[in-house]
Amino acid sequence: MLKCATQSLSIKKGSGYVVELKAKTPFEGTLPLTIGQAKLTELDVGHLTSLSPLGDEKAMATALEKAHGMALPKPNRSTGKEGARCIWFGRGEALLMGPAPDASLYKHGAVVDISDAWSVALLEGPAADDVLARLVPADLRDSQFKRGHSIRTQVFHMAASITRLGPEKFMILVFRSMAGTLVHDLKAAMAAVASRG
Amino acid sequence: MRIDGKGLIDRSKPLSFSFDGKSYRGFAGDTVASALLANEVKLMGRSFKYHRPRGALTAGSEEPNALITVGKGAQQDPNVRATVQELYEGLVTRSQNAWPSLDFDVMAVNDLAAPFLGAGFYYKTFMWPKKFWEAVYEPIIRNAAGLGALGGATNEDDYERAYAYCDLLVIGAGPTGLMAALTAARSGADVILADEDAVMGGRLNAETGKIGHQSGAAWAAEVLAELGAMDNVRLMTRTTVTGAYDGGMYGALERVNHHTGKRGGGAPMETFWRISTKQAILAAGAIERPVAFRNNDRPGIMTASAVRSYLNRWGVSPGKSVTVFGNNDDAHRTALDLSAAGVRVAALIDSRHDAAIEGADFPVYTGAEVCNTGGRKELESITIRTTSGEQSIQTDCLAMSGGWNPTVHLTCHMNGRPTWRPDIQAFVPTEGMIPDMTVAGACNGTFSTHGCLQDGAEAAKTALAALGKKPADVALPEAEDAPYTLSPLWAVAGKGRAWLDFQNDVSVKDVKQAATENFRSVEHMKRYTTQGMATDQGKNSNVGALAVLADATGRGIPETGTTTFRPPYSPVAIAAMGAGAQGKGFAPQRMTTSHKASLRMNAPMIEAGLWYRPSYFPKSGETNWRQSCDREVGYVRNAVGVCDVSTLGKIDIQGPDAAALLDFCYTNMFSTLKEGRVRYGLMLREDGYVLDDGTCARLGENHYVMTTTTAAAGLVMRHLDFVTQCLHPEWQVSFTSVTEQWAQFAVAGPKSRELLNRLLETEIDNESWPFMACGPAKISGVDGRLFRISFSGEHAYEVAVPARYGAALFDLLVERANQMGGGAYGMEALNVLRIEKGFLTHAEIEGRATAFDIGMQGMMSQKKDFIGKTMAARPGLVDEDRPQLVGLKPVGAVKKLTAGAQLYPQGADAVANNLEGHISSVGFSPDVGTFIGMGFLKRGRDRMGEVIRMVDHVRGLETDVEVCNTVFVDQEGERVRG
Repeated sequence: MLKCATQSLSIKKGSGYVVELKAKTPFEGTLPLTIGQAKLTELDVGHLTSLSPLGDEKAMATALEKAHGMALPKPNRSTGKEGARCIWFGRGEALLMGPAPDASLYKHGAVVDISDAWSVALLEGPAADDVLARLVPADLRDSQFKRGHSIRTQVFHMAASITRLGPEKFMILVFRSMAGTLVHDLKAAMAAVASRG
Repeated sequence: MRIDGKGLIDRSKPLSFSFDGKSYRGFAGDTVASALLANEVKLMGRSFKYHRPRGALTAGSEEPNALITVGKGAQQDPNVRATVQELYEGLVTRSQNAWPSLDFDVMAVNDLAAPFLGAGFYYKTFMWPKKFWEAVYEPIIRNAAGLGALGGATNEDDYERAYAYCDLLVIGAGPTGLMAALTAARSGADVILADEDAVMGGRLNAETGKIGHQSGAAWAAEVLAELGAMDNVRLMTRTTVTGAYDGGMYGALERVNHHTGKRGGGAPMETFWRISTKQAILAAGAIERPVAFRNNDRPGIMTASAVRSYLNRWGVSPGKSVTVFGNNDDAHRTALDLSAAGVRVAALIDSRHDAAIEGADFPVYTGAEVCNTGGRKELESITIRTTSGEQSIQTDCLAMSGGWNPTVHLTCHMNGRPTWRPDIQAFVPTEGMIPDMTVAGACNGTFSTHGCLQDGAEAAKTALAALGKKPADVALPEAEDAPYTLSPLWAVAGKGRAWLDFQNDVSVKDVKQAATENFRSVEHMKRYTTQGMATDQGKNSNVGALAVLADATGRGIPETGTTTFRPPYSPVAIAAMGAGAQGKGFAPQRMTTSHKASLRMNAPMIEAGLWYRPSYFPKSGETNWRQSCDREVGYVRNAVGVCDVSTLGKIDIQGPDAAALLDFCYTNMFSTLKEGRVRYGLMLREDGYVLDDGTCARLGENHYVMTTTTAAAGLVMRHLDFVTQCLHPEWQVSFTSVTEQWAQFAVAGPKSRELLNRLLETEIDNESWPFMACGPAKISGVDGRLFRISFSGEHAYEVAVPARYGAALFDLLVERANQMGGGAYGMEALNVLRIEKGFLTHAEIEGRATAFDIGMQGMMSQKKDFIGKTMAARPGLVDEDRPQLVGLKPVGAVKKLTAGAQLYPQGADAVANNLEGHISSVGFSPDVGTFIGMGFLKRGRDRMGEVIRMVDHVRGLETDVEVCNTVFVDQEGERVRG
């Protein structure tokens, strides 16, 4: 279970109230889901930080390498590994996933906490690529979209980020508010693929 | 009748199905057409216009006659070709366009009236009186003509869309396509081989010729087994490539479950594929064309190749005594195959005097033509004309061949025109019509099996070279290499109706009539006669029709030209193209973190863009929404209200040039805004009209958070992209959408600070947190942000926390508000509150309003340049006569105002010439005690106090309204600073 999901905060106020704000995850109550040869689960990847280098991109790259031990990803690529990853996230933007951003990064561009802005799901299994072929207008063949490759594309009608984590493993990000639609759309595609046996 | 020992059907798997309520038996591998023919049912449909009895003309997707309806009720699927529909256990089919039955069709009386119903009949006859066309004539004609119908209820079947990618798409899996795919696959290319048939192999499954030492079908099966085992090959059976589009994109329709009884559970009926490929090989083959002669449409008359297909592939002879009629050597095979299978061949008739045929053990007539046929619901006899006169032959099946038309369709989808080849009397693709496509085999005019195999291998080499791959050495197996010779025969001379387009009932006479009436262009002839305009798009008739037109107009066939080929090649269900987009799939649903809480509180949800927001929160005892809304407005005016405002766009802007970007995008200054403060801003489009409005907070020297309206969040983001990428790429500024990062709630009303202070770690007061202050704040232990801004005119705040805490914070705020005599408020109350204060939404700034119109010309800074500044100064955009934003209230008795109603001067008629404006927003104000509204009125700002007419033509409402200030409550604006 996710650390952030179970974390709750309680404080005492002068007036004596005990206040508790309980955190919820984007897919709470809807995942995991397995249909046929595909499985969809919610991923807890820790912090999500948008990094947009300003000025010399190399300075941000160096700082990232030094602080988090990974390179700044080139377009359609990701760096790092499980637990601390950095994926290309669009023009001039990378997404640091996992660790809280080191203070040194702030000097070299915009560093924005978007941990709660995205829902992160993992689609895996032998049918995963067939499921995505129903919804994603991008060439995700393993010969073209290899482990570590990442793309900003669409999942049906939604803007999304997809990264291949393994031969049959894809990490999918959509806006948090659309988590329900992601499950709806993937569920339909998973059922359709499974129906072919 | 079924022929023992022939065919690729599985006789160990008998299946039962029904046609028009009667049960029949067939085998796995049968189509409805082959099974019906095996059961000696030849009558399969009635024609479109004359209701003439018709049977299968072909054995493939080009079938014009044998259209049936599959299934019942909501799921019924009309106009399915019986020649394509595969059999499955329990399949229910029926005929179309016949009443009361296929056997006895009342509308067949049309056929007797045929002399009056030729081409152009409707245009000439139903001209008068003019208004009768839509009300009387058209419904009657549509009822009498036509094909199948939908069930009329919503079809719950699933359909699907999908994408595929490859190096090489091979279209068609006959000898050419198989050889091409094999060569390319062995060379390491990523290959998709698509074929519309359920079994790949094309004509190889329907002919008796050998490839190497084995039958064509066995060779095909062997190649397919090899291809199927390769990782770099995808075999797509039952998949028709329907269109060729730009950039190597092809549309394709896969029939996924039409051949099974499987329904529901997400199993799609069809999948519409978009296939993106680097290279394509078109190996779509050719379609045999009929010959036009009198009564050439009786059930039992079919193309010669179709008869061979039924015999060799399905083990069915469509007749007991078959006659073959053709103008080419290829037709001879039909007679030879039938004879070898033990079927009686009544005669072989070749229109060529010099035709030679070896090994014929049946009567052969050369230099002869079929000039008429007899029989009504099925063929009984034919009349042939030789140099020595006419004679009748008893026969129950006539196999005819007028030659072959290469299937050039896909090559013409980018508006190319095919080339006429006189030697084969057919159009072939013009080279280079589709970029990166190679055409090979029969669809390029190569008709021998050997030629096709060789063509396929060569095409693969061309494609491989383009892909930069070395072709593997693939040995060419031996196969027949008979030359294809024919002499043209389009229509046999004589009286009576000789059919060209079987599906739309167009005859040779109709085409000649069109020419006579000067519809000489092929496109005009097509529209005048409806030739080729049916669901089969004239696949087996267009070339014949234009040959007849060429003859009638004294031009050659190439000069006459073809009509335009357009996608799709064969019909595609709209459900397949729009798959997934029904119901919840229509658009993404965006849910706020308080969504579940709102539902728990029974709030009806309304859509705002893709977001779902609560309209109001009904309490027990309230009988209509107005009561709830009034109560919620009261919360904000008198105590404290809580509203989820997370849907507003939030854009985090950082960088040394952040201030410059904002100064450039907003009409007013933001570089002068102090840190820790918020300012309202207005943005214009480049054309000078208002794009959006909202607040922008300065969190640090180079750090701002811009808010946009809910609907315009994406629009503004795009606008900023445009500005930073195109207008000022040199600026060091970046922006990130943080709309979803923060759950943000408005806490509004005189008790708002009191409520917040119970939750904030550090209490605030008017000194530390004045109006328009902002900054970080810890609320209930969570690091959040606090903004003192107001969309209600009350003392109000917006508090933001990371979205994971949104649900919890909303619950907490509502609970506390309830304890203080307030509570949650929804969109209805929000709307009333902002109208009472004259605040804008996109109901006002809907794309046609200028800053001048909404009275904000003063916000257009004179000290700097900004987007839209120059264009907004155009005379037309600051014309005093423009409709200007005003407040409106009803005069006299309490009357309803409606948004969208139009404004006219008092005493003037409510007609367009007198129109002076419209109402943009309305609401019932509990404070004012009446409806109030905002609207745009010509010279409105100069007309305060004037009484004008409001007329709502749509809802049938009318009332007098008084023009007033847009601020109805707290005009001095004191409360917000309290």
